[in-house]
Amino acid sequence: MMRFIAGRIVYGVFTLWFLATATFFAMHAVPGDPLASEKAVSPEIRRNLEVRYGLDKPLMTQYGIFLGNMIKGDFGISYTQKNRSVNDIIREHFPISAQLGVLALLWATIGGIVFGAVTAYYRNRWPDYVSVVAVIICISVPGFVFAALAQLAIIALNEAVGSDWLPVAGWETGSFRHMLVPSLVLGLGTLAYLTRLMRSSMLEIMEADFVRTAHAKGLGTQRVFWQHQLRNAILPVVTVLGPAIAGITTGGFVVEQVFAIPGLGRYFVQAVQQLDYTVIMGTTVFYGAFLIFLVMMVDILYGVIDPRIRLAPERLRHQGGPI
Amino acid sequence: MRIIPAHMTRLSTIALFVGWLLLAAFAHAQGVNARTGTITLGFSSEPPTLNSMESTDQVSSMILSHVKEGLLRYGPTGELVPGVAVRWELTDHSARFWLRRDARWSDGKPVTAHDFVFAWRTALLPTTASQYAFILYPVKNAEAINRGELPATALGVKAVGDYELHVELEKPCPYFASLTAFMTYYPVREDFFRSRGERYSADAADMISNGPFVLDRWVHGAALSMVKNPRYWDAKNVKLNRIDIPHMTSDPQAMFNLYRNGSIAMTGLTRELLGKAVELDYPIRSFSTGAVFFVEINHRPERVTSALKLRQAIQALIDPAVLVNRIMAIPGNRPTDTLFPSWVKGVEKPFIEEYPPPVIERSLLRARTLLQEYLDESGLDAPPPLVLLTGDNPMAVQQAQYIQYVLGQGLGIEVRIDKQIFKQILEKMRAGDFDLVTAGWGPDYNDAMTFADLFASWNENNRGRYQGAEYDRLVREAQGSNDPRVRMQAIAGIQQLIMDDVVILPSYENSAVYVQDPHLKGVVRSIFGGDPSFRYAWIEEGSAP
Repeated sequence: MMRFIAGRIVYGVFTLWFLATATFFAMHAVPGDPLASEKAVSPEIRRNLEVRYGLDKPLMTQYGIFLGNMIKGDFGISYTQKNRSVNDIIREHFPISAQLGVLALLWATIGGIVFGAVTAYYRNRWPDYVSVVAVIICISVPGFVFAALAQLAIIALNEAVGSDWLPVAGWETGSFRHMLVPSLVLGLGTLAYLTRLMRSSMLEIMEADFVRTAHAKGLGTQRVFWQHQLRNAILPVVTVLGPAIAGITTGGFVVEQVFAIPGLGRYFVQAVQQLDYTVIMGTTVFYGAFLIFLVMMVDILYGVIDPRIRLAPERLRHQGGPI
Repeated sequence: MRIIPAHMTRLSTIALFVGWLLLAAFAHAQGVNARTGTITLGFSSEPPTLNSMESTDQVSSMILSHVKEGLLRYGPTGELVPGVAVRWELTDHSARFWLRRDARWSDGKPVTAHDFVFAWRTALLPTTASQYAFILYPVKNAEAINRGELPATALGVKAVGDYELHVELEKPCPYFASLTAFMTYYPVREDFFRSRGERYSADAADMISNGPFVLDRWVHGAALSMVKNPRYWDAKNVKLNRIDIPHMTSDPQAMFNLYRNGSIAMTGLTRELLGKAVELDYPIRSFSTGAVFFVEINHRPERVTSALKLRQAIQALIDPAVLVNRIMAIPGNRPTDTLFPSWVKGVEKPFIEEYPPPVIERSLLRARTLLQEYLDESGLDAPPPLVLLTGDNPMAVQQAQYIQYVLGQGLGIEVRIDKQIFKQILEKMRAGDFDLVTAGWGPDYNDAMTFADLFASWNENNRGRYQGAEYDRLVREAQGSNDPRVRMQAIAGIQQLIMDDVVILPSYENSAVYVQDPHLKGVVRSIFGGDPSFRYAWIEEGSAP
């Protein structure tokens, strides 16, 4: 197990280096100029700005300096937020995205597993059809539509009830009512996706030999469902959970924009639009590391749930059956 | 103030909005609260920097105009009124300001003439690299200091005692008084600035105020609050106690929803939202942003658009009235044939009343004749395709499509629309990688010169690289005089030249439409000095009229 983990770490570090390097050069290859401003500046001021941001040096030197600083965990000062370091931006805004993301993921996972299992159980009957339609809508309609609709619904609700318990938009640290609707909207797409995944996985398991065996040896329906079907069917869901967490925390841009939530997602997207080099690098490397870490965790978790995954061919041979 | 790709302007930037007042655990959203004297707004973005010497954008300018005050400021009707200075005197080559003795920083220390000297010198340092350093250039030696040729101490400004400021001017500058209301001219106290180092103005605690409000709270990217400054010299006439800005989002729809919910006091409207606001029976307000939009032309000799006949052919076909009234259809925008908006002052009356813009003869026949002449001159069989650079927002694209359609149908010119994000538009304009570009210009100070020198050969913002000896001569003539008649005569010459030489194709004067809580009164929307201003605002109690 330790070798397995160590291997994953080495692999992760290499991936991160590759990601950082590719982003660095791609970013510099994008046409446009991070120092371009609405107001043209004199060549003297421009030179001073280049010196301030180290853009006066050759690209490879800049790359070397960037790598050195990255190892130290320093991403420099933002081009657009002139007094703020990229580290500050990540430190202040990522926890907000994370809170929102975790809550969204909670809805998505619970909802996905429950709906998936239920629809599989009632396959080709009305609960299945209803959920299929709902799932298709949730997957194909973009998040900002749901976000805007949710806002209108809140306005109508507030008007009807005469209270303001649910805010239309905004954020207060630790305030659940500010998180509730945005996290539901944010989790919707993933919820739908997980429902589909869970449903097909569940259907496959329900037909499996070992399930029939379990029934045959007289186990109760409940026991078969919880012990054999659910635990096996959940595996594909766990696999996509890592990328889903990253997807939700990074994909929060639209929801953050509509609900005026000061998360990291908007910095991530706006930095690209504004060619804010340091923020682009900082957020990309940070999210990259985060994603790599999550995938690694999923691999390990997967190994815990399913010993076959631990890449041990000889044991696999002896122990080929289901758990 | 900035070149703005059409429509990216205040509609969104100014989109000031939001509100959300936390009274207790169960917050009660309220755009205006008469009992506490609080209003709640929203911003389209986080202020990039609140260091007045370096700020350039609308949001920062709005906040700074509330927490700081220059020698002069803008009053309730947009006129210049005393700020830190009680009176002033302007001659051809100098200016003198007498400062009030009751002006205080928020820590109680007096605001002195030294604070202005320090701010102006620091803003000009090449190492400060302020984008707005140029606005100090009317002060003697400012430009040389900014280029690093002279030390900052050579600047033509000195404090005579604590309460008198003497300024030497580089050349006559009849609008110098209005410049002192601009944020780059705001005072900065040296000891406080030095005590904060790199952190100066980075957080609420790293700021010090001398304006009607102080910055109370600043959660980056999330929220800002300003509270009334009890030490402000005119505090008794500041009616609002608190301005909360708890929302920052560039989504105008979200802001509008907050306004509908009664959570914010005002919000800007896009064209789509305007329709909704009308449906909801909200009174629609509009104000001139002061900006002018136009199609900028690439005059670099290697581009086809350097041919006058081709430019004239295009000019004879593109009609701002059609664009504004039929295509854009936002109330308040006003089609124009000149670079100088209707609010620019002339000798006595508005400039365009004294010197009406030249009439452009628009007809398909004339356009086709001119195009044929161009083709004959250049020995071409068919007109070459043109690249039209434009922004990635729907309104700019619409404008570009209008030009594409008109030139294609009328003259058989193929127009290729090059849609880019803002930074890339700027880069392509700088590199000259375009034939036409939808652009705009917002004024920096209250004088025709803020527009007039835009296409002078030495101006870095002249991104089409128009080079005209006559144009340059007229700009110098207007800059070299304090006599309004001489100046306006020269400006009129520039106006004529812009049409004759087709320097640009003016499109429209920009207005912004917005909705505002009917209980909130006295908000000043203005072209200069930070917009909107709540310095004179108050909340009327009782039910809305």
